[in-house]
Amino acid sequence: MKEITYREALREALREEMLRDENVFIAGEDVGIYGGAYAVTKGLYEEFGEERVKDTPISEAAIVGLGTGAALIGLRPVIEIMYIDFTTLAMDQIVNQAAKFHYMSGGNVKVPWVLRTQGGAGRSGAAQHSQSLESWFVHIPGLKVIAPSTPYDAKGLLKSAIRDDNPVIFVEHKMLYNKKGPVPEEEYTIPIGKGIIVKEGKDVTLVSYSKEIDEAMKAAYELQKEGIDVEVIDPRTLKPMDFELIFESVKKTSHLVIAEEDHYTLGVGAEISAKVSEEVIEYLDGPIIRVAALDVPIPAARKLEKRVIPDATRIMDGIRRSLE
Amino acid sequence: MNISNEELLKIYKTMVTIRIFEQTAEQNFLQGEIPGFIHLYIGEEAIGAGIISQLREDDFITSTHRGHGHMIAKGADLKKMMAELYGKETGYCKGKGGSMHIMNFDLGVLGANGVVAGGLPIAVGAGMAIKLKRGDQVVVSFFGDGATGRGAFHEALNWASVYGLPIIFVNENNQYASTAKYERVVPVKSIAERAKAYNMPGISVDGNDLFEVYKVAKEAITRARGGGGPTLIEAKTYRLKGHFVGDPEKYREKSEVEDWWQREPIKRVEKYMMENGILDKEKKKEIYERIKRDVNSAVKFARESSFPKKEDALSDLFVDDFKYDY
Ligand SMILES: Cc1ncc(C[n+]2csc(CCOP(=O)(O)OP(=O)(O)O)c2C)c(N)n1
Repeated sequence: MKEITYREALREALREEMLRDENVFIAGEDVGIYGGAYAVTKGLYEEFGEERVKDTPISEAAIVGLGTGAALIGLRPVIEIMYIDFTTLAMDQIVNQAAKFHYMSGGNVKVPWVLRTQGGAGRSGAAQHSQSLESWFVHIPGLKVIAPSTPYDAKGLLKSAIRDDNPVIFVEHKMLYNKKGPVPEEEYTIPIGKGIIVKEGKDVTLVSYSKEIDEAMKAAYELQKEGIDVEVIDPRTLKPMDFELIFESVKKTSHLVIAEEDHYTLGVGAEISAKVSEEVIEYLDGPIIRVAALDVPIPAARKLEKRVIPDATRIMDGIRRSLE
Repeated sequence: MNISNEELLKIYKTMVTIRIFEQTAEQNFLQGEIPGFIHLYIGEEAIGAGIISQLREDDFITSTHRGHGHMIAKGADLKKMMAELYGKETGYCKGKGGSMHIMNFDLGVLGANGVVAGGLPIAVGAGMAIKLKRGDQVVVSFFGDGATGRGAFHEALNWASVYGLPIIFVNENNQYASTAKYERVVPVKSIAERAKAYNMPGISVDGNDLFEVYKVAKEAITRARGGGGPTLIEAKTYRLKGHFVGDPEKYREKSEVEDWWQREPIKRVEKYMMENGILDKEKKKEIYERIKRDVNSAVKFARESSFPKKEDALSDLFVDDFKYDY
């Protein structure tokens, strides 16, 4: 298998799907001539032309609305909102419009768009450029939400998202774009809603996703040295979530920790925790621990940013607490 | 020109201060001393300096991601500015805001803003409050050409006009919205034309000509303060540096940029001042050296200041400390 970056993997997925289906097109701020704020769409404008790789005005609500309108009449738009922070400007279009259309029409219409965006901290982007707002979309019926952590998952899931007939929020992470990993030469897709066990273990289940997975893995390897055998699970899709995989793991380990970069209160981990308590609580031998970003806006200064976003050390503390 | 020599000299010094502050910040950013991203105002100084110099201390402004110039023109302390860019605890926002989110109520700066067009509705709110309190302050809201694509721009102008609010909307048309050239994403020749739709005066000026900027701003400020309602000013200018420091600038020709360097505002005002005996070589040198010293001591201050303590990440979330458990 070749080794490519997360960015290149996403680009391959876009390119392959555009070649495969002429209804697929891209629209967003600076995605064309420039190739995207994080260079994901680089070269696609040259290859597919202005009609299929559209630079838009700074009009987030209109970008999503355009995606919905075009999707309604048969196209497969991949729209880009440059930062997940700016989905706030398109919330009506995402939440009240696109997410509801299929249901409200009694199944008569469909909205097969993918909204690509990126979130997360790590670059001192501060409070308006560093958030992880994915749980908002997980909360909304009618949306699928994907947050891949590796080049392999990014490519396979983006392809599936483009082929999916529903609106899909596809959340990339700004600190993952240069991450390298193996990706097959041949065509493949990854089913939406299927998680994976990244590392097997028997003492505690650690669920994490997107960039936080890397911290989770560091924590797991550190704890291995202390004889704590951590099973790491990446659900990859946040909605629908692969709860079965998590339940099976919890049944085996009897302990659950969730590590996430979004805010602690009502984050993705809150849902996982609630679900596990409802369904398999009898298997648990300790408290479910959520290790998440602290409930403050993401500050600019590096040192403060580090304090707010959970690192491997905090995850290890969380695991020890769950095992106490 | 109804601008006294003394006032002109003051505005000129503000422009040079902004320029040197930013050139220094640029260098230090490239050396890795400043985290995050910074957007430079170089080439657009006549607008901020020419307009804000006419404001009172108790007037307000809203700014943008490209806000260093506005902040300095409104009287910001260079040390606290630089320290904020460095993410230090002595900065205006104790290192929590950074370049894109500097704000300070005491200066009347209701925020630089990381969200394009984010400041416009806030300016309307401030204008509304002034009117309700029967005050005679004005609000100047700065925004770029790209911001006019957003609904917030249209909603704000509509609202300000309906209620006759004391606001001067200043469009800094630097011809690019990050990488998108004006014509590719804006369908009108001049942003000022948009004013018609909101029934307010719309004026387009050469934003690199301090005197023109000064003149139209004076009229608009006088009108707003006198209860005559809002004005939309388009100041045509050019962003001489990349969208952010580090921008590879592949979307424009070098020759275009070089061309605009010939029309940059500081050189133009210097030429006028020299020709009219307001400035000479000696005095210019003195001014530059003085400002460089000030900026250098701001850098020294920023470098020597401490980073915020880790625990500070948890302060300032709520006005009252109700022992929230993070
Ligand atoms: C709502 C929103 N969308 C996108 C961005 C990303 N972005 C930051 S600056 C910028 C371009 C702004 O152009 P303009 O308003 O003309 O101001 P300029 O940078 O030219 O001063 C973009 C797209 C943002 N910060 N906010």
